[in-house]
Amino acid sequence: MTGPFILLHPNDNVLVARKLAPEGTNVELVSGVITLTQAIPLAHKIACRDIAEGERILKYGMPIGIATHAIAAGAHVHVHNIRSAYTPTYALQDANGQSAEVSS
Amino acid sequence: MKQQFQGYLRADGRKGIRNTIVVAYLVECAHFVASKIVAGFDDNDVQLIGFPGCFPNEYAARMMERLCTHPNVGGVLFVSLGCESFDKVRASKAVSESNRPVETLVIQRSGGTAKTVATGKEWVRSALTKVAQVERAPMGVDELIIGTICGGSDGTSGISGNPAAGKAFDLLIGEGAACIFEETGELISCEDIMVERAATPELGKELRAAVEKAERYYATLGYGSFAAGNAAGGLSTIEEKSLGAYVKSGDSQIMGLIKPGDVPPKGGLYLMDVVPDGEVRFGFPNISDNAEIVEMIASGAHMTLFVTGRGSVVGSAISPVIKICANPDTYRALEDDMDVNAGAIIEGLRSIEEVGQEIHDLVISVAKGAQTKSEILGHREFILTYKTFEPIGPSCLPTV
Repeated sequence: MTGPFILLHPNDNVLVARKLAPEGTNVELVSGVITLTQAIPLAHKIACRDIAEGERILKYGMPIGIATHAIAAGAHVHVHNIRSAYTPTYALQDANGQSAEVSS
Repeated sequence: MKQQFQGYLRADGRKGIRNTIVVAYLVECAHFVASKIVAGFDDNDVQLIGFPGCFPNEYAARMMERLCTHPNVGGVLFVSLGCESFDKVRASKAVSESNRPVETLVIQRSGGTAKTVATGKEWVRSALTKVAQVERAPMGVDELIIGTICGGSDGTSGISGNPAAGKAFDLLIGEGAACIFEETGELISCEDIMVERAATPELGKELRAAVEKAERYYATLGYGSFAAGNAAGGLSTIEEKSLGAYVKSGDSQIMGLIKPGDVPPKGGLYLMDVVPDGEVRFGFPNISDNAEIVEMIASGAHMTLFVTGRGSVVGSAISPVIKICANPDTYRALEDDMDVNAGAIIEGLRSIEEVGQEIHDLVISVAKGAQTKSEILGHREFILTYKTFEPIGPSCLPTV
């Protein structure tokens, strides 16, 4: 377990931040190195590869939701681009559909 | 080596790890008077519980009986306004049949606020002497019932705190304890992997039905069991939160499915179904974490493991709460409120196994009388609201 992100299961298409990863952090993915265009707070997720709209998001090797937009490798994966297959998520959102505390 | 400690022996043979007097108001109108009676006594010796509603409810009546005859409770003072619907005669009878000191004060017949407070305090003082004389008896881990919940969850909960709590559960169950995990609304999407762990296929069906009921219930309400802070902490959907919550059940076989107030008949792992039966009637199943903790206690929990990521500070009346902090940043910010730093797992400083062992050892210390952080700080939260339940089905419990 090194670096700012952890892959929890080999089948996952997301990585989880083990600590706050500042904007500009370089992250090595299978497809190559990407640079974070925004800070990713502790325990938030980024895509570890390109994810198509409608594709299942896998974490712990299990489905945690469905992509509502195409998500590029390295992009923040959260309530603005994935949805539950069960009940909608209630979050306090800003105009960009992001949780207010995400950009901190 | 089998761990042993001194418990408080009750007439029904069950043993407690605490010995408290509870003062229970039977309607919100008696809450103030009851809280005035409790004020000034030691937090450990005298605690406030109660039910706010004026309408009758079988669930609340049963919960109150179970709570007032919990092994950690030594005596009970009921405080009634006088005209509420709560059946105080039935409640008092249940406590008196359990051989505990019990008294009921009716404010309308006791001369109002000041006189009832004075009479109540006098009763509590005399009951404290009686309760202090309760017999002690050796107690083992195999006589403990331990609950677990998570609250204020974030993306760290499922990676550090909950797996460590699960590890502690495995250790405790290995030593014969009964362990309860819960919130079927936070197990949505985990049905398939969970039913494989059921002791019997019939129990597996019951477990699946309980989660499907939760799914329907929350769909009707329009909200999942998901707070805004969960999203701020990195959780995006209920199924992501569920998978994180599910791991606090550990790896043991699931022995049974209980509902609030059902006491596990023997050691092993049990799921508590907290979602009401029938149509949606009284709103959200549990409006906040303490409602779940109270249900665990009504099912006999001697203490509750509470895993938090965002940082809850609550404790509970009757049974101690051990707070396990999953998030290293939260731990640093709220260290005085947290018993265990599971955030060290995220930082790569400790293993899940090490923290699981620490939680297990802390459970034993708390059973021996060591105080948790929330106990020391005086947290004695309590909430009980309306619900409706059908009895559990015949396949839900193991044969004893």
